[in-house]
Amino acid sequence: MNKASLSYRLYILAFYLFLFAPLVSVAVFAFNASLFPAPPWKGFTVEWFTGTGALFGKPGIFRDPAMLAAFLNSLKVAIPVTLLSIVIGTANAFLLERREFPGKALLSMMMLWPLVIPGVILGISILAFSSRIANALETWLNMDLDFLRPGLFLVILGQLSFILTISTLIIGARLKKFDRSLEEAALDLGASRLRVLTTITLPFLKPAMVGAGLVALLMSFENFNTTLILVGSDAPLPIYMYGQMREGATPALNAASLVLMLGAGFLATLVALVSPRKEA
Amino acid sequence: MGRRLALFLLLAPAVLWIGLLVILPHVEIAILSFSQRVAARVYTFGFANYLEFLAEPVYWRTFARTALLSILVTLITLVISFPVALYIAKFARGKSKPVLFLLCLIPFWASELVRTLGWMMLLRETGILSHFLQAIGVIGRPVEFLYNDGALVLGLVYGGMLFMIVPLTNALESLETAQIEAGYDLGGSHLTVLRRIIIPHAMPGIVAGSIVVFMLTVGNFVTPVMLGGKNGLWFTEQIYSQFITRFNWPQGSAFGFMLLLLSTVIVWIGLRLTGQGFSETLRRS
Repeated sequence: MNKASLSYRLYILAFYLFLFAPLVSVAVFAFNASLFPAPPWKGFTVEWFTGTGALFGKPGIFRDPAMLAAFLNSLKVAIPVTLLSIVIGTANAFLLERREFPGKALLSMMMLWPLVIPGVILGISILAFSSRIANALETWLNMDLDFLRPGLFLVILGQLSFILTISTLIIGARLKKFDRSLEEAALDLGASRLRVLTTITLPFLKPAMVGAGLVALLMSFENFNTTLILVGSDAPLPIYMYGQMREGATPALNAASLVLMLGAGFLATLVALVSPRKEA
Repeated sequence: MGRRLALFLLLAPAVLWIGLLVILPHVEIAILSFSQRVAARVYTFGFANYLEFLAEPVYWRTFARTALLSILVTLITLVISFPVALYIAKFARGKSKPVLFLLCLIPFWASELVRTLGWMMLLRETGILSHFLQAIGVIGRPVEFLYNDGALVLGLVYGGMLFMIVPLTNALESLETAQIEAGYDLGGSHLTVLRRIIIPHAMPGIVAGSIVVFMLTVGNFVTPVMLGGKNGLWFTEQIYSQFITRFNWPQGSAFGFMLLLLSTVIVWIGLRLTGQGFSETLRRS
């Protein structure tokens, strides 16, 4: 192949500048000693991370109770989503790779659907359905079922509805590569089915399970559309930040964004490290 | 007996997930979308919500605008990404190939909200671009680049880029360099080689990327809300405002179905035109 022409290489350079300009801007202005995340540059500060608020009237993100509460809400959602994604994703992988049953083709196709349904629509449909269930149960049982009203529980369900597709695909792809003769050999040697599962099959799947969990954690933390519809009074981090953005940004938002980017970068690096060759 | 029980246990979570979180909720909004209010708290079956959509210009204009702009965004994303994917797949050598590819992925580790914040900082009147252009003397006073359709399209193209570059690069990877060189040896110009050899080979990647980008664009919420102008509504904003602000769930459900219909129809047309299958395309991306 000929060497790329100069103009072609300049185009590639311009493209990468375009790609990184917004992220670099966010990161750099997190350290600007100003009330506004905009030029001119007024000097370097970490006040927007650790400040008490004495300087700008607003505390840094690590000391801002509202920001920390939002982070805690995100964790309350992300941890169950991650664990359930791994467990149910693994069960789905076994179901699709190992079992035959009527309607299997249809079920496996339907499992892909949540990826093509816009997040806003997943949100409104789950909101409407759970409200109907809650109303019906409240009439029959005369009980308040608050967990079926907008709130963190519904956010968990909403996020699971599409993150499960991803964890199923990741774990299923790994199970497909498994050499069944290893299991047969263990069975021939007298191991019980449970023992074969725990000593041979699951250890083989572990990298994919960890990878799927990390992807689920990342997607849960960053999800916006579905969460926005289902959220109640406890706002997870992206929803809280969105509210702040609409009120007028301060560099505190840049600081939070930078922390999120670093966290995501860390998770993504972990995903790359645990994934078996050639499937990142 | 044991195997049947095991099958049942494995089936249960999948059926609960697809049934309770996907199918029944969609049945619910289908029912809601066909219910019309006849008196306070009294609803009957009817098409009023869909008729309202056709009768109110704001609704169908937003719908048409969302559809057309999404197609435009998809095309722009394709045109911008194609040379980059070609460069990564065919021109980059040694270490620079995986590095360039990885660099494309990095911005997408950051959330959509963070990327949007970045564009707001760059484009707003007091922002970085405006300051920079004043500093080099191109403009005399601050200029607002935010809150218009240009900023909206820019933000959406940026958000879709990765989902175009990855399938394109994968498709172009398998193109033999010898095949391109043969095209030149036979007297083909750059354009002929591109049109007759490279683009046909990349077609599966082009289709997969375009479909994903289109679907993500149509369903986007943050980017249009934050970067678009006051008069530049996106259809997801209409759904949100019917559901959350006005509490008119039947109307919002009808809008939701219109949006699903839009993305299904456009994706179907795209697949038909290019003769590709849905499942393979989705897996490829």
